[in-house]
Amino acid sequence: MARTKTIPRENLRERVEELSGENVFACYQCGMCSSGCPYAEQMDRLPSQVIRDLQLNDETLLDSNAMWVCASCLACEVRCPKGVDLAKLMEALRQIHLRKALDRVSINDLSKDEIKKLPQIALVASLRKKSG
Amino acid sequence: MADEKLTQIYIMGKAYDVPIGVTIMDAMEYAGYRFIRGAGCRSGFCGACGTVYRKAGEYRLEFVLACQEMVEEGMYLTQLPFTPAPRSDYVLDELDPNENVLLQHYPEIARCVSCNTCTKACPQEIEVMDYIQAALRGDVARAAELSFDCIACGLCAMRCPADIKHYHVGQMARRLHSKADLPIPEHLTARLGQLDGGTFDEQMDALAGASLDELKAKYAERVIEKAEAPEAATEEVTT
Amino acid sequence: MSTLAYFPGCSLKDNAKRFEDTAFFVMEKLGTPLEELETWNCCGTVYSLADDDLMHHIASVRNFVRAEEAGSEDLVTLCAMCYNTLARVADRIHADDEERTKINAFMNEEPDYEGEIRVRHLLQVLRDTIGWDALSEAVVRPLNGLKIAAYYGCTLVRPKETGIDDMERPVVMADALEAVGAEPVAFPFAAECCGTYQVVDEPHLALEQSNRILRSAAVAGADVVVTACPLCQHNLEQALAVPVGEVAELNEIQVVYFTELLAAALGADEAQMSPIVRGILSKGVTAEGGA
Repeated sequence: MARTKTIPRENLRERVEELSGENVFACYQCGMCSSGCPYAEQMDRLPSQVIRDLQLNDETLLDSNAMWVCASCLACEVRCPKGVDLAKLMEALRQIHLRKALDRVSINDLSKDEIKKLPQIALVASLRKKSG
Repeated sequence: MADEKLTQIYIMGKAYDVPIGVTIMDAMEYAGYRFIRGAGCRSGFCGACGTVYRKAGEYRLEFVLACQEMVEEGMYLTQLPFTPAPRSDYVLDELDPNENVLLQHYPEIARCVSCNTCTKACPQEIEVMDYIQAALRGDVARAAELSFDCIACGLCAMRCPADIKHYHVGQMARRLHSKADLPIPEHLTARLGQLDGGTFDEQMDALAGASLDELKAKYAERVIEKAEAPEAATEEVTT
Repeated sequence: MSTLAYFPGCSLKDNAKRFEDTAFFVMEKLGTPLEELETWNCCGTVYSLADDDLMHHIASVRNFVRAEEAGSEDLVTLCAMCYNTLARVADRIHADDEERTKINAFMNEEPDYEGEIRVRHLLQVLRDTIGWDALSEAVVRPLNGLKIAAYYGCTLVRPKETGIDDMERPVVMADALEAVGAEPVAFPFAAECCGTYQVVDEPHLALEQSNRILRSAAVAGADVVVTACPLCQHNLEQALAVPVGEVAELNEIQVVYFTELLAAALGADEAQMSPIVRGILSKGVTAEGGA
């Protein structure tokens, strides 16, 4: 039987802070990030909830779709009054999956017809953020 | 045996004394290995004998062909006789040269991080990263030209952090380029016509039907042209 | 006549070729032609945000080495995403000696990069080096009254450290088009994300975002949305297939690269223009030169 890859779940906050260099406790939950995020409605947890979950070390955050719906647009980062880079936190959450080769976008799922319609920049960027 | 100069190498971690002045492949056979995989033309063309080695005291890995590279004192080596890299199915005539078909068939080339590890792993000194980059931007001609010397040994694909199948991409590029851009070689067309027309059928049937002894005799009596001196040849060619 | 070292990026060679062709035309006319780096590699957008990640910066540093080999201090891009990736890597490794040393050591087959390559987007070059006056003076076909919505997307203006203009009120692209006779209209979605790479596996996200942007521009009265990124351009074009509003006129909005309109204004032949640009010009914008 093939080895199943698992995401390490313990010490989530510590690992995210290490990967991102950010201090999640600087956030005082003002909600600026959530209100400015163009994709907030599509996330199962709002951006400000994501950082709250990190503060609380809630490992179920790893199963959220928020980090995958995030498009790294940086609207959150430029507006945070405490200078917290939420985009880096989202990246850290993605990397925890991707560094175990748990890709969100797999080459195998892309059909030739789909690829035909895309400029290569779309594939380069998507695979950069969603495959490891 | 006492006159032979020997040197010590390590094959898959085990030490052997092998003669100096032979290739890695010869040295492995000297040491008792019998190749049923990982050997082919023994001439540096088929790509079957991809070999990775390190010299004692060094940390960097080197990538060579066992049939071409000479043994050196303190080599630690292993072979990679096969790379499990999938090849995309396609019918050349059905591909549209106006689309980026290389990207469609091998989308993983978009994952290239330009680390150049593939180039460093190539025993043919090909600029592998450059031809993958050319493929990514749709420059089929450049991908074809740069990958010309590729013998599909697979060492690049084994080392790539993005799991790209470089040699399949290069092969597809060369086929596309030949089909779309290069003129059809007339001598090839002529020869194919002869084959289809049966010009060589009789000779081929005779060979195929010959016994082992007949074949051995033919081989022993084959015509060997003597090499001519650079000045006008004065020797007669034996037949 | 000095040239500017130019980094194309993958998509500029096929999918977004008209972006490149028109930019070349414009810069020739302005006396500072773009000269493509002899060898270059994909910048590997999007910039990697993990603190410990060096590998994903290698691609950009390799391009800086190429720029140095070309004897250039500046490296100009057209693609906003390439600009963002290259500029952020430049800032990072110029500041961090240790990281730069590590990357140089890894790229042992290349000369060491110790330089100060300045990554610039074409809009910065137009604004800061050439100037709007010079651009205006080169106009032969003013875009009289063409209402344009300058769409910046994310990567040109964020983060602040590399942004070429104020993220909340960017004006540089609008100024460029205004200098050639167009009339920029303000609209609130000028720097909202187009959906970027979500178009690959969550296309509805990109479609909804891009549709919102087109609608906002159309309601503000724009005839054309202008872009500076092949991915923004692609996403907005895809969204054109979906009605942007209930009113029929809103659905006539077009999307082009900003250089396409600049080239038209600077005298590009009709044959060099895309059918969309020809269509835009034929709709009541005078084809003859002003001044």
